[in-house]
Amino acid sequence: MKRTALAEKHEQLGARMVDFAGWYMPVQYSGIIEEHKAVRTAAGLFDLGHMGQVEVTGNDALAFLNYIGSNDISGLEPGAAIYSLMLNPNGGVIDDIIIYRHPSGVGYFVVINASNTDKDVAWLQEQAAKRDDLDVNVNHISESTGMIAIQGPNAAEIVSELSSVDLSDMAHFSMRETRIAGVECLAGRTGYTGEDGWEFYFPVDQSATVWDALMAAGQDHGLKPIGLGARDTLRLEARMPLYGNEMDDETNPYDAGLGWAVKLDRDDFIGRDALVAAREKGITRRTVGFKMVERGGVPRTHYEIQVDGKPVGHVTSGTASPTLGENIGLAIIDKEYAGAGKPLDIMIRGKAVKAEQVKMPFYKRGA
Amino acid sequence: MDIPKDYKFTKTHEWVKVDGDVVTIGISDFAQAELGDITYLELPAVGQSINKADPLGVIESVKAASDVYSPVSGEIVEENSNVIDAPELVNSSPYDDAWLVKIRISDPSQLEELMDSGEYSKLVAESGGH
Repeated sequence: MKRTALAEKHEQLGARMVDFAGWYMPVQYSGIIEEHKAVRTAAGLFDLGHMGQVEVTGNDALAFLNYIGSNDISGLEPGAAIYSLMLNPNGGVIDDIIIYRHPSGVGYFVVINASNTDKDVAWLQEQAAKRDDLDVNVNHISESTGMIAIQGPNAAEIVSELSSVDLSDMAHFSMRETRIAGVECLAGRTGYTGEDGWEFYFPVDQSATVWDALMAAGQDHGLKPIGLGARDTLRLEARMPLYGNEMDDETNPYDAGLGWAVKLDRDDFIGRDALVAAREKGITRRTVGFKMVERGGVPRTHYEIQVDGKPVGHVTSGTASPTLGENIGLAIIDKEYAGAGKPLDIMIRGKAVKAEQVKMPFYKRGA
Repeated sequence: MDIPKDYKFTKTHEWVKVDGDVVTIGISDFAQAELGDITYLELPAVGQSINKADPLGVIESVKAASDVYSPVSGEIVEENSNVIDAPELVNSSPYDDAWLVKIRISDPSQLEELMDSGEYSKLVAESGGH
């Protein structure tokens, strides 16, 4: 198993460590519910050293990222970020990515999923080689890049104690250069929890310095270290998709509810033809949110969904929501059964358990 | 890791407390810590008979669903409705408040096949517990 630069810190903090996509990662420290609530009410710290990063530079970096991504980055100013999808020629999703335009204006910084890093980098390098008409360099920097996120209503206060420049006026989905505890960082005002916060990127050998400084500054602000367990419940409440659950190589973005990240009205990009064809044929499935209205268990990934005894889809993600105190989930179902308020039966251990579709997201900050 | 001396245990981390021909069953402190926050329990109906090693119920944590196996054969004579209403009791009080069911045993010799607290301590240590 690969270890992040902070693996020892997690062990010292008493974390339960698991194998996640080949990485030795903390799934929980004090407990998923307690950690989840800390992020919703105070702040949480996440070691994301397993996630992948790629630098894309060259005169045609923009054209290249528009070619390999579903979203249109043409209007991206220096220091701005956008969510995009890397598609295969069939329109399936290779990965979901965040593209930051470097605050200096030179090049782009792309963050990819840990579970997909090797696949993504190989794909990007292959496409860059094929497009020899483009002046572009794809530089894989995961191994030299550390990543830590701080999330929650108290994140801004904690960060203000350590940052060399003011980050409080940053827009959501923007990036700024700063120093945290003296370490040069790229700070993205992004995250995967539905809360305010930052994701910091820095030289991997500085990971402990950044972690320790944030932990110390957060001590009086309720900051707790957060494992992958709560990361998943937090993102699900905020209806943020997870690669491998809500989307995969076989699912097109429309079925996955990610059509908003596809801009067809522009030059060719990989997967465009397949998506145009899919739209002409008609989208037949929809990703919906639901909550259980009957006792019978927690909905889990791949559980079948029925309506009137007929299979209509499956659960893509489900959990016991710590914020709502209800069992919730996302599902991909045949479109004709989709709609807030409409019923679904979730098949849990062979029994149909009643659920009702609800408006998304399950949780919205400040609500 | 708490392991009471007067309880017996299974390899699958259930505990058994013997009181005549009726035994009380729950899951160990180690098991609840491994599962994490417990949010849902499914237990068999009173009156149902069950065989040793058959699934006795389901415990769901935030993370996953796990089976609980019956350490003995017999008939379910009581279930703990408190723990069904408040599954988090399994985390806070695995050996007392969060007993799951009582079973009238049909074959007392099965009790001899269970581990005592010393043997179970060793198993937990080998599984990475303390």
